[in-house]
Amino acid sequence: MTHYSALSLVAKAFSGHRSWSRAWRDPVPKPAYDIVIVGGGGHGLATAYYLAKEHGLRNVAVIEKGWLGGGNTGRNTTIVRSNYMMPGNTMFYERSLRLWEQLSQDLNFNQMVSQRGQFNLCHSPASLDAARRRGNVMRANGIDAELFSREEVMRRLPYLDYSDDARFPIIGSLFQPRAGTVRHDAVAWGYARGADALGVDIIQQCEVTGFILERGAVVGVETSKGPIRAKKVGTAVSGHTGYLAAKVGLRLPLETHVLQAFVTEPLRPMIDSVISYAAAHFYISQSDKGDLVLGGDLDGYNTYAQRGGLPLVEHTFASAKALIPSISRLRLMRQWGGVMDMTMDGSPIICKSPVDGFYINGGWCYGGFKATPASGYCFAWTLAKDEPHPDNAEFTLDRFRNGYQIDEKGMGPTPNAH
Amino acid sequence: MTMQPNRLAVGGRIDRGTTFSIRFNDRDIVAHPGDTLASALLANGVKIVGRSFKYHRPRGVFSAGVEEPNALVQLREGARTEPNSRATTVEAYPGLVARSQSGWPSVDTDLGAIVGAFARFMPAGFYYKTFIGPFRNTRWWMFCEHFIRRAAGTGIAPAAPDPDTYEKVNAFCDVLVVGAGPAGLSAALAAARAGARVILAEQDRDLGGSLLDQTVGDTWLRATVDEVASLPNVRILTRTTTFGAFDGDVYGLVERAWDHVDVPPPHQPRQRYWVVRARSAVMATGAIERPLVFGGNDLPGVMSASALRAYLNRYGVLCGRKIVLFTANDSVYATAGELARAGAAVTIVDMRSDLPEELRSRTAAAKVDVLAGFAVVNTHGGKAVTAVTVAAVSGREGGTKGPVRRIDCDVVGVSGGFTPTLHLWSQRGRKPRFDTDKLAFLPDGSIPTLVCAGACAGADTITDAVSSGFAAGAKAAAAADFVGDAGALAPPKLADDGWQRGAMLISAVRAPDGEIPAKSFFDLQHDVKSTDIELAHREGYVSVEHLKRYTTNGMATDQGKTSNVNALARLAELRGSPIPAVGTTTFRPPYTPVAFGAIVGHEIGRHFRPTRLSPIHGWHAARGAAFIDAGSWSRPRYYPVSPGEDVQAGYIREARHVRAAVGLVDVSPLGKIAVQGPDAAEFLDRVYTNMFSTLKVGRLRYGVMLRDDGFVFDDGTTARLSETEFFMSTTTVNAGKVMARLEFLLQTAWSDLKVQVTSVSDQWATIAVAGPKSRTLLQATCGAADLSAQALPNMAFACAAIDGVPVRIHRMSYSGELAFEVYIPARYGHSAWAELMRVGEPFGVAPYGTEAMGALRIEKGHVAGGELDGRTTLKDLALERFASTKKSFAGCVLRKRPVLEDPTRPSLVGLMTIDKTVSIKAGSLLFPATGDIAGHGDGHVTSTTFSPTLGGHIALGLLARGPARLGETIRCVDFLGGTTVNCVVTAPCFVDPEGVRQNA
Ligand SMILES: Cc1cc2nc3c(=O)[nH]c(=O)nc-3n(C[C@H](O)[C@H](O)[C@H](O)COP(=O)(O)OP(=O)(O)OC[C@H]3O[C@@H](n4cnc5c(N)ncnc54)[C@H](O)[C@@H]3O)c2cc1C
Repeated sequence: MTHYSALSLVAKAFSGHRSWSRAWRDPVPKPAYDIVIVGGGGHGLATAYYLAKEHGLRNVAVIEKGWLGGGNTGRNTTIVRSNYMMPGNTMFYERSLRLWEQLSQDLNFNQMVSQRGQFNLCHSPASLDAARRRGNVMRANGIDAELFSREEVMRRLPYLDYSDDARFPIIGSLFQPRAGTVRHDAVAWGYARGADALGVDIIQQCEVTGFILERGAVVGVETSKGPIRAKKVGTAVSGHTGYLAAKVGLRLPLETHVLQAFVTEPLRPMIDSVISYAAAHFYISQSDKGDLVLGGDLDGYNTYAQRGGLPLVEHTFASAKALIPSISRLRLMRQWGGVMDMTMDGSPIICKSPVDGFYINGGWCYGGFKATPASGYCFAWTLAKDEPHPDNAEFTLDRFRNGYQIDEKGMGPTPNAH
Repeated sequence: MTMQPNRLAVGGRIDRGTTFSIRFNDRDIVAHPGDTLASALLANGVKIVGRSFKYHRPRGVFSAGVEEPNALVQLREGARTEPNSRATTVEAYPGLVARSQSGWPSVDTDLGAIVGAFARFMPAGFYYKTFIGPFRNTRWWMFCEHFIRRAAGTGIAPAAPDPDTYEKVNAFCDVLVVGAGPAGLSAALAAARAGARVILAEQDRDLGGSLLDQTVGDTWLRATVDEVASLPNVRILTRTTTFGAFDGDVYGLVERAWDHVDVPPPHQPRQRYWVVRARSAVMATGAIERPLVFGGNDLPGVMSASALRAYLNRYGVLCGRKIVLFTANDSVYATAGELARAGAAVTIVDMRSDLPEELRSRTAAAKVDVLAGFAVVNTHGGKAVTAVTVAAVSGREGGTKGPVRRIDCDVVGVSGGFTPTLHLWSQRGRKPRFDTDKLAFLPDGSIPTLVCAGACAGADTITDAVSSGFAAGAKAAAAADFVGDAGALAPPKLADDGWQRGAMLISAVRAPDGEIPAKSFFDLQHDVKSTDIELAHREGYVSVEHLKRYTTNGMATDQGKTSNVNALARLAELRGSPIPAVGTTTFRPPYTPVAFGAIVGHEIGRHFRPTRLSPIHGWHAARGAAFIDAGSWSRPRYYPVSPGEDVQAGYIREARHVRAAVGLVDVSPLGKIAVQGPDAAEFLDRVYTNMFSTLKVGRLRYGVMLRDDGFVFDDGTTARLSETEFFMSTTTVNAGKVMARLEFLLQTAWSDLKVQVTSVSDQWATIAVAGPKSRTLLQATCGAADLSAQALPNMAFACAAIDGVPVRIHRMSYSGELAFEVYIPARYGHSAWAELMRVGEPFGVAPYGTEAMGALRIEKGHVAGGELDGRTTLKDLALERFASTKKSFAGCVLRKRPVLEDPTRPSLVGLMTIDKTVSIKAGSLLFPATGDIAGHGDGHVTSTTFSPTLGGHIALGLLARGPARLGETIRCVDFLGGTTVNCVVTAPCFVDPEGVRQNA
């Protein structure tokens, strides 16, 4: 692996950058591995990386049906934060944020982890109380959080609508200074390069079409490039989790939904932080390239199509203009959708499944990007040791049977409401 | 006014009789009606319009349309300013002001160009390899990022709200035709003649498409447009871009109704957003000319060949005097003749060596030089092209061999072929196939209701476009069940120079040394060069999507309209795979960028969401109430008695008054649902945890509903009006959700039940009358009815009249006082309230708001939003007694899951501060009196108030093993506010736990 640094960049410039090597190999799949990870998104790649790095398991393959990061990893609005208040979630997401903070150095690949801070705006005394509870849980767990008054928000985000005309007045905000954004493609590529360097085989353009079962246990996968055996198979396929699990006879408490995202034409710096507009489920930030990146609600219906409809476009833009009236003349440059596996309580699943040899990492809803490092770390742990790490101990399938709800929003078993 | 050096004396579709002035970079420019900003700039000899994103290289106008990668300007000023506006699509108007978006001190002399000297250190994706820093944190990157952010971005966002207005239209049609070139016009005509209702949408100001860029088809165009316009079943929308095609045959369009003037006329929208639901549609969106990639192909003066033709014929602008046309297809030959006739010296450099004789003789006649079998290898010039180097084509695709020749020129027109505009078709989730004959990605017929026609479907001549358009129109009409006779349509008579005969697809031209020159640009806006693509390939970013993301090719505001195909052809070459194996990136809406304001329409400011007002709102407003948003409602929070009275003082006064005398609170926002039918009682037994079938007519009962997962969903009081009719009330926030859930259950789980549910929330105004004197007041107001404790016990209702209006009086209490809820037909709510206030004067009646209502309910320990947060069970809320054991009900199974039954769960308690002067904040965490304060605590504070009755601060909270801890001192910690308050745990009900007062 060529080391990345300003120096190597300068050195290689003089030979016309001709001596850079591949970021990861393009191997022919071996007939068998110790562990096969299905899904070359951030979670699958991170899992492989930590299997190799933390557990010395290098006879591992990641199998991706398309191109690395082509799922939700390359489609999200890149927000990372650790403002979770439910036991089971809080420390998991904080682990993730701590891993993010060192990931560029870990992977020797600039992840562009930009801790620009995230505002969660409050619009009523009740939402301020809820924010206070959340912030207090964060602080009690050693996570940074501040509660800002309206005046403080006005000072920091002068371009929001504070006029009498605002439908939902801004009365304050929860703020997490360490939250921010991460360059999503770099996450897939960085983990892929890191895992590859440790010996992991990354196999693209190879779809897992089924599982090899022996005596009720999964002992490999059927793929578009032929069967591949494995002692353990872990899935990290986001929106297709339920679809794949069904192939081993598991019906998971999930629904697949589409979420859209939007970017504007690039602009000079305008929005410095991540802003979430709780009154309308809307969030916005600005990328380093200058595009405003926006997102809203799910479209609301079950689908595997990675595209949504106009009602959500209208909802998202109306929210944008309600929050930032001067956004009106700016233009949408591109919109897209990703399909996500929404669980019954809005929290993920990382566990051994009831089928031997089959492990599940899924149920990420629309918040799984921020979870990538911790998810990979904990899933690797679970795969390697056959028991959960303390930080994913609650992310079981059992919890839906025994009532351990990890419901950050209190929405209940309505997947499209989380 | 200054001269327009490049404007010809005759020709063009501009109004030469009128001139006006526009300003570009503080310079006055002369323009005519009919000009675009770009045509005016070119007419006036402006070469450099912008600077490129990465290397700050000078860039001029490249195209004459929406694909423009270079000429992006900051249009207008102040609150109306619009960054990233394409000069090629901005219509010129008197007073137009525009600026280049980059360049310091000026776009002509940009010190930023120094970056170019470091270009070799900034290959594709260099930022992934550097700025990592030695420390294990994000600081070094964020330091560098600060400067990167400042250098990135192009235009400047407006700082003030948009002064213009927008409109939304929902429209329906049988056939939507997108694009009004020869194919679109023909399609519209065929569909309309067959009887279909047609919407014809064209992004340009005028109908005609490519025919507007030439003169020979004018007669046909006029006749066809006249006929289309004369048909009553055709609606023509110009300046209207169809930006997206969505599932279900829904299309999003934006009409730039008044964007071509300085300020829209009064009461006119700037833009109009159309949502068109079409039974079928024809995409006749044409094709976009593809550049050729060669050394220095980004210099101002290098332009799309078809743009030269457009500027000449549509705007009367001759972009250069010595023009080189560089091509690998037939399409430039007609242009060459026209440019020569207009006075330019024209040389065609054609990469094909065997040219048809017919082309040769035509060029000879037009005095155009042709270099067949040659390629442009490089350009010369600093800030604009002054010459090109050409060399003979040799060997492999794009290769050349010496000797090289130099040709002086001031403009290079390039045509590498055409790329069909199949964006809308592809947005429906389709992947186009690469046609190796036509050398283009083409749509297939897989969407029955979306037919592609004309150049978009691969027709390369106008004759073909007309026939394919006409056929597509008839087909689309038939798909919408219109099969009337469409007759026939003859194409215009003109020379057919297609872009397919013998065409080649060249990714990039190589110099005779075999190398692709360093400054060969693929993506002009993002400065993506061949070396970037090579590096991406070398490092394994070999899928088209990786290539795009790693190099940013195709990610600029033009979304790769001119760059994608060349880049992926280069990738295919590097991979040694054919283009079909490499594929193309996904097309996504919008086709061209759309302004947010247009989509938002009227849903701005206060109208972002409807504000719901009670029927009594007017009275509250007149009384000077302070309002607060509660969900979608605006409700009186309190009624200040003096201008200086704050909410704290106000609610304490109001709450105290209720306990002492009588108060009125407007609770009209409560959800109200009529539940009717023979099975109504059975239905309620199933949805509520407690029994309703045993409720007697004339009585009320408090009920709780669970979600299916066993958590508490909502509560409210329901009255039995008759054997088959109940009147349910819900909390305000859940009114809609409860209604939806009841409907859902009736339509799915229990479709056998004979029950009808109807939301009657808006039909009734509701006034709660509370306080020891409430009965006296009501009795005085509704004379005839007997409201005595015997006739109307607690949890019963009576019918009465106020001022002759029949009302229903529910005796029930939320405040703990003797209290009633009066239900009045909504339109009499205001007058009933006024009447109660009038009659109540002698009893000292006073209104109270939501804040006092909240204080009173906390004193009584009733649960509300803070406690009903979707994560609490009946037991958690001390409501277990409402769970019937005699029947099953929604949620009764899952509520028995072990974790929900865990006795250590946080459950409802009261909290009283030990120091009566300090308050607690809701959202504080609860910890035992001693020990660490870390983790999630023993629970949290859900609702707080000052209790006028107790003279101290109280709260409700959820505390682990709460009921077992009465009397214990615990700490309420607000980490954010930095306070810790000691409290005593109490029962949740602070006032009159026996209910003596409410049962009085
Ligand atoms: C619009 C949008 C916005 C979002 N915004 C945020 C945000 O701001 N912050 C945040 O934290 N999260 C966000 N998310 C969620 C986040 O993107 C995801 O939760 C996360 O990226 C999931 O990563 P993953 O690796 O599990 O899945 P993915 O990245 O989707 O990877 C799964 C991979 O599995 C592959 N695959 C599927 N089936 C098979 C098969 N049979 N064989 C082989 N391979 C297969 C897929 O091709 C895919 O590459 C957003 C999501 C979307 C769509």
